[in-house]
Amino acid sequence: MSDIFSKNNLLFILDGLKLTVFLSVATILLSLFFGTLFAIIRNYAKDKLLPLAKLTGAYIEFFRCTPNILWIFFFRFIIPGNVIAKEIFAFTLFTSAIMAEIIRGGLNGIQKGQFEAAESQGFPFFKTMLYVILPQTYKQIIPSVLSQMITVIKDTAYLKAVDIAELSRNTDIVMGKAITAAEIMSLFALLAAIYFVICFILSVSVRTYQKKVMAAG
Amino acid sequence: MSKLFDARRWLRLIGDFDQFLLGMKTTLLVALLGLLIALGLGLILGILSCVKLYGFRLLARIYVEFFQNTPLVVQVFFYSFGLPFLGIRLPDFMVGVVGVGLYHAAYIAEVIRSGIEAVAKGQVEAAKSQGFHSMQTMRYIILPQSLKVILPPLTNQAMNLVKNTSVLSMIAGMDIMYYAKSWAGNNGFFYQGYLTAGLLYFLLCFPLARLTAKLENKARQLPTVTTLRMMEVDS
Repeated sequence: MSDIFSKNNLLFILDGLKLTVFLSVATILLSLFFGTLFAIIRNYAKDKLLPLAKLTGAYIEFFRCTPNILWIFFFRFIIPGNVIAKEIFAFTLFTSAIMAEIIRGGLNGIQKGQFEAAESQGFPFFKTMLYVILPQTYKQIIPSVLSQMITVIKDTAYLKAVDIAELSRNTDIVMGKAITAAEIMSLFALLAAIYFVICFILSVSVRTYQKKVMAAG
Repeated sequence: MSKLFDARRWLRLIGDFDQFLLGMKTTLLVALLGLLIALGLGLILGILSCVKLYGFRLLARIYVEFFQNTPLVVQVFFYSFGLPFLGIRLPDFMVGVVGVGLYHAAYIAEVIRSGIEAVAKGQVEAAKSQGFHSMQTMRYIILPQSLKVILPPLTNQAMNLVKNTSVLSMIAGMDIMYYAKSWAGNNGFFYQGYLTAGLLYFLLCFPLARLTAKLENKARQLPTVTTLRMMEVDS
């Protein structure tokens, strides 16, 4: 029992946790950026740019209707290069589609008067977005983005299928050294507990934030 | 890109398409049975989250928090690799059913709970004043009204459940993803294998996505209930 929780094993699991956190944060930040871009294109591209809006819409719908694990495998084999970079790409492509819809929901919730007011002040489209619309949108979608963050953290566990040294893959390897059922069970408990603590803190903050917003009216 | 448009590879895929159909059958069966478990257990847990007895509420809360805040992969891996150490052996198919069933039950419980809470408080008081006891209030007043607000997030959950059955591929569960992965790997035809799998999942999920959008529009027109902000009850 004490062997399996040796310092080396624990440090190895901790290394996995670090990579899990890095992958999740990178994915969320990149998806926020690209999701914003896609949401704006899908919502506001008109006339000559209409085909672009349609194309973005098709991308969003297709990725929303396919599992993340599919893209994890696909990009693992299709493109050359660093495995971690490839998987961040796969995760970003998948999460950006969902993020775009979250952001679009936020954009549609902004009152029309905000656009008109910015326009009347001579703001061009780009500046209206950057200074008037997006700040309000982001504030509204904080809970949804945090929920998505939970999903991304949980989904990184899929990456053990392509042998990326994240939390569950590293714990798997330690499990391979375990002998007794008690050891296996304690490792499962540890693994679940680590994910739980991170995700639970995030979900509690989602709810606290929502209550605060609701109380403020 | 030449690999993507190689006709020979696509012809091979058509020849082996029965494998993908086998996977489709497993995915559909696992999704249907999993959805049954998720709906049944989710309904019970959702109602328990709203009763007066603190013990029941706590129990439902613990279940929901645990299953929502740990990865499905870890849960499924526990059923297939951990449980045998405790002397319980489930066939891979059942691991899939139980896996997505228990996982999505937590999300559905939350949908049901917020649906019940969304029905205006005045409705409960009105029912009480008419002499309805709590079971009757639930059955005749709250659930019928809640149904309309909870339908869109429920169909959304059904879609997520279908997508999540792909976790089976990690334990060789003979689903779409599993066959796609092994076919693509054996032949080295990655574009053909994975894009076909993507198309199959899309065919299953897109109708559910459209239905969700339609039901959402309908729910917005309801007077006595506030609509749920569905992104926040997403998985």
